[in-house]
Amino acid sequence: MTPPLLDGEGGGTGNASLMTSASTMESVFQQSPGLTERNYLGLSDCSSVDSSAVSGMSAVKRNNLNLKATELRLGLPGSQSPVRDSDVDLGNSACLDEKPLFPLVPSKDGICSGTQKIVGSGNKRGFSDTIGEGNWMFGSSGIDSDGSKSLVQGKFVSNASVSGKILPGTQPAMINDAASKVSPQEQTHVTYGASVNKASASNPPAAKAQVVGWPPVRSFRKNILATNAKNNDEVDGKPGPAALFVKVSMDGAPYLRKVDLRSYTAYQQLSSALEKMFSCFTIGQCGSQGASGRESLSESKLRDLLHGSEYVLTYEDKDGDWMLVGDVPWDMFIGSCKRLKIMKGSDAIGLAPRAMEKSKNRN
Amino acid sequence: MFPEEVLEHVFSFLTSHTDRNSVSLVCKTWYEMERWCRKRVFIGNCYAVNPKVIIKRFPEVKGVELKGKPHFADFNLVPEGWGGFVWPWVVEFAKGYPWLEEIRLKRMVVSDECLEIVAKSFSKFRVLVLESCDGFSTDGLASIASHCRNLRVLDLRECEVEELSGHWLSHFPDSFTSLEVLNIACLGSEVSFSALERLVARSPKLKTLRLNRTVPLEKLSTLLQRAPQLIDFGTGSYSAEIRSDVYSSLKDAFSSCKNLKSLSGFWDVTPAYLPVVHSVCSQLTSLNLSYASTQSPELTKIRLVVLDCIEDTGLNTVSMTCKDLRELVVFPSEPFVGDAEVQLTEQGLVSVSQGCSKLQSVLYFCRQMSNSALISISKNRPNLTCFRLCIIEPTVPDYLTLEPLDVGFGSIVENCKQLTRLSMSGLLTDRVFEYIGTHAKNLDMLSIAFAGDSDLGLHHVLSGCDSLRKLEIRDCPFGDKALLANASKLEKMRSLWMSSCLVSFGACKLLGQKMPGLNVEVIDERENLNSLPEYAPVE
Repeated sequence: MTPPLLDGEGGGTGNASLMTSASTMESVFQQSPGLTERNYLGLSDCSSVDSSAVSGMSAVKRNNLNLKATELRLGLPGSQSPVRDSDVDLGNSACLDEKPLFPLVPSKDGICSGTQKIVGSGNKRGFSDTIGEGNWMFGSSGIDSDGSKSLVQGKFVSNASVSGKILPGTQPAMINDAASKVSPQEQTHVTYGASVNKASASNPPAAKAQVVGWPPVRSFRKNILATNAKNNDEVDGKPGPAALFVKVSMDGAPYLRKVDLRSYTAYQQLSSALEKMFSCFTIGQCGSQGASGRESLSESKLRDLLHGSEYVLTYEDKDGDWMLVGDVPWDMFIGSCKRLKIMKGSDAIGLAPRAMEKSKNRN
Repeated sequence: MFPEEVLEHVFSFLTSHTDRNSVSLVCKTWYEMERWCRKRVFIGNCYAVNPKVIIKRFPEVKGVELKGKPHFADFNLVPEGWGGFVWPWVVEFAKGYPWLEEIRLKRMVVSDECLEIVAKSFSKFRVLVLESCDGFSTDGLASIASHCRNLRVLDLRECEVEELSGHWLSHFPDSFTSLEVLNIACLGSEVSFSALERLVARSPKLKTLRLNRTVPLEKLSTLLQRAPQLIDFGTGSYSAEIRSDVYSSLKDAFSSCKNLKSLSGFWDVTPAYLPVVHSVCSQLTSLNLSYASTQSPELTKIRLVVLDCIEDTGLNTVSMTCKDLRELVVFPSEPFVGDAEVQLTEQGLVSVSQGCSKLQSVLYFCRQMSNSALISISKNRPNLTCFRLCIIEPTVPDYLTLEPLDVGFGSIVENCKQLTRLSMSGLLTDRVFEYIGTHAKNLDMLSIAFAGDSDLGLHHVLSGCDSLRKLEIRDCPFGDKALLANASKLEKMRSLWMSSCLVSFGACKLLGQKMPGLNVEVIDERENLNSLPEYAPVE
């Protein structure tokens, strides 16, 4: 079926010009000829496109900042709307000249390999990027750029059956430029399944990597259920996984986010995830060191990185004090962290000594 | 032409907003007549219109209903601080509607100042319903309690409230006896029990009482004894040491509630206490056990909300015993664990679809699905109006054939001709959207995630679904082409949400320019082409 998209569907004489303008607009973003909508999963093409696209975006955004402000929107008469207007400038000016710290192709910055759990993208990257990072489906990334089956690195959650959770057969079909329908490649499945089973057999099933807002369960329900499970399981003597959502704010950013601390097991994962969420936040060269990502970042190393960067990650503990993240062992941290804040390094100078003292007092 | 009095009388029977809107389009006279006698206004998107316009057009309004943030805000996809502030509306209402009686808000940010204005500005204020709202504290509630002398309904549904003190309840004066609905289930901290008890005792018209988790089981019978006329009751924490005196007084208390139709609450269930509820089971129409990880629902009802701990076997029981079931909701007990220990599969839903002939509405979370199951469900229950399926892992195919679930969902839209709401999940290609565009002619709301291959998918939906008014899409490869090609369709819709798709900023700009009737908004948290949610309401 030939796509009728360009045949003026939707009615009105304005359509032809809409189409033309759209393609003009598209060219601003420098999509390479091979990259159509259907090929957007072709990761090999992503890198060149995206970096240029991002810089192209900066230019457009800069020019269009004012345009957005004058765009037809209902201006609210009340005093509580300024955030929405000012965020255009705030968010953009803060980020405008920053190079993206997490370029959209995982292999570029080496996050893909290793034991690092890929946590839910707190940003709104394209679908291909989330696939590329290999999160929920495979538990870790490492998909080859030709989109074919990847090695699964032991985090795959499986109940030792091939059913339902393995998609490599379908994925290449989706990546295919041709309009062929998705069809699983059986042989691939079988072998893939076998290798997955082997991998999973030797590793205990882990909690899934999370995608923001998925599954669509409301946060109050997540926490309540988790607490219930925890209570019930404790009665039964099993440890229960309890979600622990805390708010994350950042100086200068108008938006808050929430993260589930229990979906990470180490500071590095948390900082990577936050870095993705708040692109202007620097936690040092944590990400690009990922080649040696197999070793987990020690707390002292994190502290060193923090001192070297413009922003630091702090948290409010149960006593209401603000402490630097990374001073105490991870388990102690999640036990006492109530909320997180990404502060400018200059604001956080006074924190370090207190935090260390406090943990000394505790110990 | 009828004389005005007759017209007005006829219009007074029209309560549906869509009917009233249609009526006002007939001619100028009808428009004028209708606007003077409209008592309740519904604004599905608070950014679609200015409050002053509403007040000018409908001077005699007594009740207002407003919705703010997009649905996906429930799942953390909308940044905090985005909007949905009710303040500007409240300020205008205080000036323009001094006799306002009812305010109903969904997904809006409500400050304590707002609540104070509401409390002090409307002497006849009767109904406050806040659903999924946030931004206020118990101080705001105290204002309402202190000043709304004629309050009948205080309904806090799943709100996020900053809880500064439990004493706000005591602000209801002793002379206050008009309360009919009190729902505080979403509050996490303790409210003053003595104040609560006295309030219940002096509210003879109280029909709905939904407690919060901190009210212990031992105290339930005290409250129930004071309010045997209750129709809708939500327990607090339903767990206690097993004691026969507690058990028997609770049992008696429940038995004396002859009008009870709906039960909810049941946090932290001690299963031994569940049987006290059996005496009212047969009269229940709605049972919400979604906080109770137990497995015993041998209870007849019309609306059942449970956790997946009910498992396929439990649902099988439901299918055999709940012959009047209209709505089934099954939430996941552990949504973030990849491997579920609960034995809940597609089978449970298939059984219920077979056994419950009145089933109309489904929200089902599970971990596997097959096309054949979906086809069975659609053939069993062509009367479905709302079908929301969430397979917990995204893009999971038919677990039997490993094919996409296109055919299964296609069967749903083809057989269930009255379907108005659909949420899909699993592995889906453009083909499913072709089915939807072809068959889902009554579809009002569609939610899509991680689906489709190309713009064609979106195009099928926008061009084919004649009744579509709300569309929310995340993480799909839909870009500019389909959106721009169907721009005029967007004007007929209430809202479109797209996030993590392939819509470019340029296209959004273009859309905003070419379609002045649309609000096009780009929420940009990072400088990223692909992070473009877009909320396009219509006038």
